[in-house]
Amino acid sequence: MTTWEPVIGLEVHAELATRTKLFCACPTEFGAEPNTLVCPRCLGMPGTLPVLNKQALEFAIRAGLAFDCQIAEHIVFERKNYFYPDLSKGYQISQLSQAVATGGQVNIVTDDGNEKQIHITQIQLEEEAGKSIHGGATIREATFTLEDFNRCGIPLIEIISEPEMHSVEEAKAYLEKLKTVLLYIGVSDCKMEEGSLRCDVNISLREAGSDRLGRRAEIKNLNSFRAVVNVLEYEIQRQTELLNSGGTVARETRTWDEGRGESFSMRSKEEAHDYRFFPEPDLAPVEPGQAWIAEIKATLPELPDIKRRRYVEEYGLPLYDAELISGNREMADFFDKTLQYYKDPKAISNWLMGEVSRLNNQAETGFDKLRFSPQQLGELLAMIDNGQISTKIAKTVLEEMFASGTAPASIVEARGLMQISDQGALETMINSLVDANPGPAEDYRNGRDKALGFFVGQIMKETKGRANPVLVTDLLKEAILGKK
Amino acid sequence: MRPNEMSARQIARVVNRGEMSPTEIVGDFLKKIAETEPEYHAYITVTQEDALRQAAEVADRLVKGGEKLPLAGVPVAVKDNICTKGVQTTCGSKILAGFVPPYDATVVAKLREAGAIIIGKTNMDEFAMGSSTENSGYFTSRNPYDPARVPGGSSGGSAVAVRCGSAAVGLGTETGGSVRQPAAFCGLVGLKPTYGRVSRYGVAAFASSLDQVGTFGRDIADCALLSSVISGYDANDSTALDAPVPLYHELLSGTENGAGTGVGAGTGTVVGAGVDGIRGLRVGVPKEYFQTGVEPEVAAAVRHCLDILSAMGAIVEETTMPHTEYALPVYYVIAPAEASSNLARYDGVRYGWRSGNSPNVMEMYCNTRDEGFGPEVKRRIMIGTYALSSGYYEAYYLRAMKVRRLIRDDFDAAFKRYDVLVTPTTTAPAFKIGELSEDLLAMYRSDICTATANLAGIPALSMPCKFVKVGGGRQYLPVSVQLMANVLREDLLFRVGYALQEELALPGLKQPYTHLQPQGDLYTQLEGRGDRR
Repeated sequence: MTTWEPVIGLEVHAELATRTKLFCACPTEFGAEPNTLVCPRCLGMPGTLPVLNKQALEFAIRAGLAFDCQIAEHIVFERKNYFYPDLSKGYQISQLSQAVATGGQVNIVTDDGNEKQIHITQIQLEEEAGKSIHGGATIREATFTLEDFNRCGIPLIEIISEPEMHSVEEAKAYLEKLKTVLLYIGVSDCKMEEGSLRCDVNISLREAGSDRLGRRAEIKNLNSFRAVVNVLEYEIQRQTELLNSGGTVARETRTWDEGRGESFSMRSKEEAHDYRFFPEPDLAPVEPGQAWIAEIKATLPELPDIKRRRYVEEYGLPLYDAELISGNREMADFFDKTLQYYKDPKAISNWLMGEVSRLNNQAETGFDKLRFSPQQLGELLAMIDNGQISTKIAKTVLEEMFASGTAPASIVEARGLMQISDQGALETMINSLVDANPGPAEDYRNGRDKALGFFVGQIMKETKGRANPVLVTDLLKEAILGKK
Repeated sequence: MRPNEMSARQIARVVNRGEMSPTEIVGDFLKKIAETEPEYHAYITVTQEDALRQAAEVADRLVKGGEKLPLAGVPVAVKDNICTKGVQTTCGSKILAGFVPPYDATVVAKLREAGAIIIGKTNMDEFAMGSSTENSGYFTSRNPYDPARVPGGSSGGSAVAVRCGSAAVGLGTETGGSVRQPAAFCGLVGLKPTYGRVSRYGVAAFASSLDQVGTFGRDIADCALLSSVISGYDANDSTALDAPVPLYHELLSGTENGAGTGVGAGTGTVVGAGVDGIRGLRVGVPKEYFQTGVEPEVAAAVRHCLDILSAMGAIVEETTMPHTEYALPVYYVIAPAEASSNLARYDGVRYGWRSGNSPNVMEMYCNTRDEGFGPEVKRRIMIGTYALSSGYYEAYYLRAMKVRRLIRDDFDAAFKRYDVLVTPTTTAPAFKIGELSEDLLAMYRSDICTATANLAGIPALSMPCKFVKVGGGRQYLPVSVQLMANVLREDLLFRVGYALQEELALPGLKQPYTHLQPQGDLYTQLEGRGDRR
């Protein structure tokens, strides 16, 4: 039987986090009463004209630069003409040729740990349509439709990939990376539940090893990564069955029913819209100019790929740690700042990925909302190194820091958690303990190493965990082995 | 003299001086509207109450502010595709019957700021598609010189109003001659400004890359005054040009002009356009415009203007603009293409006409647009949709845009050698109602001398230069000369136009005229001097 290889391309729509809409001054906030964030412009009233939101253009350029794209010298807007009740002008101002950014790539790490580049065709700036609310269980049964134009005109970027993904996992890694970078550069809040990140999927199958493309289906308007994964799995199976049974895949647009877990044909190639693109005559081509582009570039943060490389090459972090930390801007920021106060990157990484993440998850919060500072984390780790507290005590101290933001030294002092490293005091304690337990001491002397653990445990119990464990171990060995 | 017989400058002067109140002025114009509307049908909406309220407001401002307003109390006719807050704006279409915009177009806001009174919204060919007002969704306006004839279009209603004296000046819009052609048919001065000189914000779009608001006046100075008021940069229109606006009317030397309105007196650079202003002026006469089927009498009238300019010291030369013949085909691809997109918003969803009882959205669209649009609009939407369709775009729209560039290049080359170009505005005087409505191509050819300026984005002015006898009887109709200049050189057009106007000294043009007035007046004056010309 033929082995089929999926060929996947994604079009991701990300709403930009501007304060106002793309061509008018209406606010972009989410969740307002229907049709309260509208004006004659976004309602497409006669005679109104678009005025480009410069912030939106800057965000689109910023995204282009973050993905290593070429920024167009002449940015041209085009009209995409089609009728739909939530499209107030009867056309969407979008881009086709001479989009804001072209070329560039998204770097993903595949499951086998290799890096792979997924190329970006282009990033175009365009406006949102409004929202149709159908009165009925399904669109077919609806007896009326209500229109909310609050969203109409909100800026978004459409990021179009080349069809270079060949598995569900690659598609998922691409989406996650895209989202990470968009969040990093602050151009979109990527809130899928508010529809600010959506995805169209193109998928075809071809014989493994072939470089010819099969006929593709397009599935529109997916609003979660989960849905993308489900659609891809479903389509791979559907198309495989079709092809294996001698059928052909129709070149069509499909829609995904998440409830039923099935995709349905929406329109065939013959029914496809002819969008009659032509350059928007109401907006002159924009020439961003090298100076402005350089200015925008200068404000880009260090991007996750570069960070990851730095973490591996400069700090010797394992790739796993580097990928995980660099994949979260707030976590990476915390990591970088802690390094200014504490010099062991791996230790910081362990604590951030371990205890701090655990506490964050428990409290459902994030690295940007931590009550304690990077400096305080550095102080905590230094106290471990200095033998002032044990790792175990440090976890307790961290919980308190997490809850209150109090400095670790104050917590240790207030709660009397300072490690006991007073050799004399420990020796007294140990000697009486060994004397009182000749049996286990004898076991240890006979080579049963585990017996030592009993003594350590007892000392720790007695000191409420504050005894310096390294010192205790050394002293115990000396006390037991010395007393033959 | 009744206020409706005065020029806009005179009205502003007497109102600014407190010699007449804006309310008196408006009252007289409303009376004039009542007298002329039954015969000529200039207005779709007369804003009687609103006009009186505006008049009171202007009076208030004059008293309180002590300021002088350039159009104080001047009643202006506004074409019905220019949005007026709180006043129905139909674009001459049934699909917008009852549509009341919640905002003023920038030009309307500028008029109000200048103290003008919006006295009514004027008839037009539906969505500005036509040359006669016969395509209006409401009625056909009548030419004041002969009600059996069209006033021209698409801005026919404003032309009729200004000619009748039911408005002092008027606003029209141009996509391909829609101000200049009715100006020519109604014996008015009409200006199509440089693309971007006047904001398009609030002007319902026909073809965005060609549209521009134009002005009507009964003489050059009124047209210049109105143009100064509405011109200028507007952040609401991304295609508006950010260039200073001269006070055009103050550039005109001679009799009573802008200075008397009290606006910018002494601030503008006053350059005489008398004999001295014309001496050395380089005038190009593109021969292609005379090979358009222009009637001999019209050509002769234009040649007469050239003789006058020559006599005043201008250097007049015949020239060639080889791509002129492609202007109409190019225009009739680009304009419908843009229109097909611009008119998509009239879908019955948010405002305007919506067909009832459609079983689904698609049929609601189809029924609404079928019932709301007239045949010419439908025809152009279909042509434009075709021209933009996948597989035809390159052959039609893209090719037309390339030829448009060549037409523009012709003008660039011409303006290296000439200050102004002189041509006829139309090939003939006003035609009869119904005469061309069955012959679309002949109707489209009305734009043959005017469409080039829209395609090139340059300013062009039409002004009457002769009355020609028609039908062998005692009836005279005006014909016009067109002046074209390089971008943002409206000043030149007004100066040259003013010099011509004063030399031509045609009778009766500065006053309102309707055929109901004693016909002998015009006839006698013209016959009396006919031999001399």
